[in-house]
Amino acid sequence: MSEITPDLVRHLAGLSRILVTDEEVERFTEQLSLIVDSVAKVNEALAGIDVPSTSHPIPMANVFREDIVEPSLTQEQALSGAPDSGEGRFRVAAILDEE
Amino acid sequence: MAKDELMNYEKALEMFEVVIGLEVHVELNTKTKMFCGCRNEFGDEPNTNVCPICIALPGALPAVNRTAVESSISIGLALGCEIAPNGRFARKNYFYPDLAKNFQTSQYDEPIAFEGELTVELPSGSVHTVQIERAHMEEDAGKLTHIGGSTGRIQGAEYSLVDYNRAGVPLVEIVTKPVYGAGAEAPELAAAYVRSIREIVKGLGVSDAKMERGNVRCDANVSLRPHGQEKLGTRTETKNVNSLRSIERAVRYEIQRQAALLAKGTAIIQETRHWHEDKGATSAGRPKSDADDYRYFPEPDLVPVQPSKELIESLRAKLPEKPADRRKRVQAEWGFADLEFRDVVNADLLDQIEETVRAGAKPQAARKWWTGELARIANSQDKDVTELEISGAYVAELAQLVDAGKLNDRLAREVLTYVLNGEGSPTKIVAARGLEVVSDDGALIAAIDAALAKQPDVLDAIREGRMQAAGAVIGAVMQAMKGSADAGRVRELLIEKANAQ
Repeated sequence: MSEITPDLVRHLAGLSRILVTDEEVERFTEQLSLIVDSVAKVNEALAGIDVPSTSHPIPMANVFREDIVEPSLTQEQALSGAPDSGEGRFRVAAILDEE
Repeated sequence: MAKDELMNYEKALEMFEVVIGLEVHVELNTKTKMFCGCRNEFGDEPNTNVCPICIALPGALPAVNRTAVESSISIGLALGCEIAPNGRFARKNYFYPDLAKNFQTSQYDEPIAFEGELTVELPSGSVHTVQIERAHMEEDAGKLTHIGGSTGRIQGAEYSLVDYNRAGVPLVEIVTKPVYGAGAEAPELAAAYVRSIREIVKGLGVSDAKMERGNVRCDANVSLRPHGQEKLGTRTETKNVNSLRSIERAVRYEIQRQAALLAKGTAIIQETRHWHEDKGATSAGRPKSDADDYRYFPEPDLVPVQPSKELIESLRAKLPEKPADRRKRVQAEWGFADLEFRDVVNADLLDQIEETVRAGAKPQAARKWWTGELARIANSQDKDVTELEISGAYVAELAQLVDAGKLNDRLAREVLTYVLNGEGSPTKIVAARGLEVVSDDGALIAAIDAALAKQPDVLDAIREGRMQAAGAVIGAVMQAMKGSADAGRVRELLIEKANAQ
């Protein structure tokens, strides 16, 4: 059984800045539990086999870019998709947090 | 801001043991950003060094800057760290508009460098070895400007403007293990440690290392515990400390503030605190909360970094001299007494004096100019002496003009002000402004004769060995020549004259 609880769902929703109703909390708790349990089956299948954990499906490393300047966007292009802007910058709601 | 109660510093140390921990962020001076080819440049027009990757447009994929990885390895090696044979990037998830992605690409469980140490010497001469836990690669965040509200600070701001030019600039974060045993010198140790990191990254050439530009930034963790107690006290993390002097003051302030609270039986709140240079105090920022759940996970868009032994060894072979070794060497080369040398180190003047000596100045002359007249001028302008716009070569030239008798001290100081005004080299200024000392004996002798006419007894006095009598004539000559006479030469001529008669 998974460790997904309604409180955990509310916590995750808060971190993700998503407003959830009680009904949704119930539904997501069930759905997320199902997902976590399903993924846990992979662990069961691997029980007793020594497989190092990996973050990548392809065994590849050291893909680098040389330190060479490439063209950037213009300020107009950069701001063209912004909901709001001013003084050449993205304008966002003031958020009470650390500077 | 409510005023904190502070305990007397000595009393605080009698009651408590100080434990500090330091997190230093070093901005690398690569040409481009960590994960894209945008220019890594300070002070450009806002949002002109941005691209789909660093403003997180859909579908953009990062690519790691090879030079930034090599610079990070070099920093790790210079700090005596192990280099991870396999390292990867991780996403640190948080919602704040300083990064457009809603996460910072950082390293979490596999930092590129770990387990190092750095030995630093304090102004008192005592030596401490700071244990380094890790150094990891990450990206800097954009710059927010808060608009509206009475103070321009975030509290009461109506909205914020974001410039993403700095977003994605390569950073190396160096984290110490808890540092014990510095006692009353904990603040000095914190500052000396950051100074050493600066010297190292400057020596490696991997960062411009200008604290005033935020190239090197320090977060200082401070906690107190009663002497003999094993369990660490609750710590605070002071941010926004951007000069060596501020680091020292901020640590000292936190010691005194926490001691006053603990003595009253009040618990310390684990929180971020902000340093205010103007008030000389810290203020409470955000307490640790649910929002600090960063849900790190391996970055799926980037493959692991696996530096080869050959690469590591080739970078190790290129490491410059260690700061402590360099200090020993230059002190011996320059022949400075311990106290003289300590003043030079504490004023951050090693590079300047080295450059000045290399340009041909005598070490003692270089030291006197930098720690004397130049430090005085910087102080009067409320600047750091290292911020003055003058090269070591020009200081050396000035010192040589004095040595050659072409300038006396007064004229040299005058020339110096013109050099600082950007009028060019000392030699050029002397020529352009006609400031050379008058060493034309004819002009000097005429002035001496004029002075002697008013004080005829002086020559007798000199012949009788009363040299102080010469002072009045030398003074009169200097005055007549408006300060541009070579006083030494005037004296010689005067004695010659006395002995000739």
